[in-house]
Amino acid sequence: MLSLSRCTARSISLRALRAHHTQRPPLNSVTEHDLAHFAKFLDPPAILSTLPPVSLPADELDQFNNDWMGKYHGSSTTVLKPKTTQQVSEIVKWCNERCIGIVPQGGNTGLVGGSVPVKDEVILSLANMNKVRSFDPVSGILVADAGCILQSLTDYVAPHNHIMPIDLGAKGSCQIGGNVATNAGGLRLLRYGSLHGTVLGLEVVLPDGTILDQLTTLRKDNTGYDLKQLFIGAEGTLGVITGVSILTPPAPQASNNVILALPSFKNVLPLYEIVKRQLSEILSAFEFIDRTAYDLAVKHGQGRALSDQEVEGAECFVLVETSGGRREHDEEKLADLLESLLEAEKPLINTGVLAQSPAQFASLWALREGVTEAVSKEGKPYKYDISVPLSTFQEVVDGTREHLRSKGLLGDHAVKHVIGYGHVGDGNLHLNIVAESYTPEIQDALEPYVYEVVASHRGSVSAEHGIGAMKTHALHYSKSDVSIAWMKKIKDLFDPHGIMNPGKVLE
Amino acid sequence: MRPSPVRLLNILVPVKRAVDYAVKIRVNPQQTGFDLNVKHSMNPFDEIAVEEAIRIRERLKDAVKSIKAVTIGPPKALDTLRTALAMGADSSIHVEIPESAPSPEPLAVAKTLQEIIKRQKDGVDLVILGKQSIDDDLGMTGQMLAGLLGWPQATFASKVDIDVAKKEAVVTREIDGGGEEIRCRLPLIVTTDLRLNEPRYASLPNIMKAKKKPVEKFSPGDLGIDYTPRFETLKVAEPPQRVGGGKVQDVDELVAKLKEAGITAA
Repeated sequence: MLSLSRCTARSISLRALRAHHTQRPPLNSVTEHDLAHFAKFLDPPAILSTLPPVSLPADELDQFNNDWMGKYHGSSTTVLKPKTTQQVSEIVKWCNERCIGIVPQGGNTGLVGGSVPVKDEVILSLANMNKVRSFDPVSGILVADAGCILQSLTDYVAPHNHIMPIDLGAKGSCQIGGNVATNAGGLRLLRYGSLHGTVLGLEVVLPDGTILDQLTTLRKDNTGYDLKQLFIGAEGTLGVITGVSILTPPAPQASNNVILALPSFKNVLPLYEIVKRQLSEILSAFEFIDRTAYDLAVKHGQGRALSDQEVEGAECFVLVETSGGRREHDEEKLADLLESLLEAEKPLINTGVLAQSPAQFASLWALREGVTEAVSKEGKPYKYDISVPLSTFQEVVDGTREHLRSKGLLGDHAVKHVIGYGHVGDGNLHLNIVAESYTPEIQDALEPYVYEVVASHRGSVSAEHGIGAMKTHALHYSKSDVSIAWMKKIKDLFDPHGIMNPGKVLE
Repeated sequence: MRPSPVRLLNILVPVKRAVDYAVKIRVNPQQTGFDLNVKHSMNPFDEIAVEEAIRIRERLKDAVKSIKAVTIGPPKALDTLRTALAMGADSSIHVEIPESAPSPEPLAVAKTLQEIIKRQKDGVDLVILGKQSIDDDLGMTGQMLAGLLGWPQATFASKVDIDVAKKEAVVTREIDGGGEEIRCRLPLIVTTDLRLNEPRYASLPNIMKAKKKPVEKFSPGDLGIDYTPRFETLKVAEPPQRVGGGKVQDVDELVAKLKEAGITAA
């Protein structure tokens, strides 16, 4: 245990250093010696490495070392693909003793660089842990390996008339373990709540290799600290999630959607109140798109536009989706709502359109979901995924636009559009600044301006995308010094050597 | 003396409630048909027909006197009529058949439409309907109706221009390798192809108005039509499962496999 003692000795002196806010010493790189150890309990195909004796060409590891946007690049030499929790435990234990950094990786679909190494950490891919462990069609509780792909779980529970409580664009490649580790949001959050509620239990390999088995299937369990919550959204900095127990809701039998055109942003909140009250349990989405975002979506062919007459005088649009158990019931409720909205003395809406078929249903959604793609086609986007109070959505967008104007950056030469869209139901605004090109002037005008605005509203600088490597510097805009200090204490308690996903979440 | 008024156009649009095209079709275990307990909507080609009727009115303004939608179907087919009314049709006719009745065959549908056209006081100058329904894909109703009435037909239309004064229409048809432009006199049967137009959304005020628009109801007996099927469905089956490819070790094995499959060099 020579290596262990050496490592421990260093970590003690380290802790003293850290008290003076100095950096952790560098972690060790993987060596052939380490590979030989891994080979003792992992099959040869589970070890991908550029080091001998495996000696793969470096490009074989590209898909693990880079994120899908090509924005973050690691230089790891070794990817391990364990098949069992026991193997994960062995790997982590060894890395802890040897002070080797570990990046747990799921589908690698994140937006903030949380799943790629910052240097040459070992990449621990969960892809081979992809078995469903159990499903109870009565309670709807699903227990699965962390590496199960979200879509395959959706397909697994579908014949039992259940759906996953989470749905997002990356569902075909993202893994449930990664979803949980990043506390992913997505399209069903308004209806089914966040993963903090739907995840019933976790199996986690702690940074010293211990297996923390909290894989319970209980809806109620008030027995002391709820440790699993710590790992939901920790982005792999406290341990490796290897198994997930999650509550799946019954599949809705009918869905409808409608786009409403509003004369003023001021009407969004009163409208949300009415819609929530009248639709109650069948309301499954309430999405907001401002006029500029709508125009961009239409310009770039995302979904079929409403007629000119319908969009005339609209300052923004709202997409309402319902899903419920009985079509007639839902349609009647929706029809009543729409009638009362149109016939109100002071109508909150100008007009709107109601999908008449699944094709139109998809087309209306495309107008909202297509904004992301339209923005990329229009120019170079600066994207901010923020949580702010609903009442300030427009203020934040307009304020940012005015701020850029005052800096002389608004116009075809620099920033073309400032747009807002997002999940009103979740208080989550996507603030996008579409520029002609990425420039330091725009960057400096936006940051820390946007973060300061968010902080002034006590909002969140990252509503659903996480912190990863991208936003560690901005964490303090959303979390107080006390909060961050305690987060660091928790991190040190679980992971004294700092091997788990180094450089992520906390600086 | 006032000039004699130009003959105003009355348009009839037959529409059908069909299983929505986005639904995955499942054959029932008895192999007699498919599961109908799924989302239905207006047959997409009929939706194009309704849209075209409305666009003709938008172009010709008051020269279009009426747009009437007609459907034959179970009580739920009323939803489909409401959609047509919400899009812009003025009134509608529902020939109601029992929920469990088999879908009427094209000849019976064409005869029904013939009867309905006969009963229209102001006559019908133009019938626009889908070239086929996506559930049975038979694609004959328009042609049969033209035959029964002895009217000209312009099938698979991708462009329709009506000249009310001359009482004629110029229609571009989709044919192999391009378009064919034909001139027809009214009254006329037009069947729609995909490229004719893109149907609009039904706006909320129009959906509300549609609830108050008239729906005239008939039973098959009222019209003297017999919907007893003339065809017998022997069996409905899913297409065979696609078999995935396999990997070969070397060229020799590939050649052997090709020979096995009866493929040889010419």
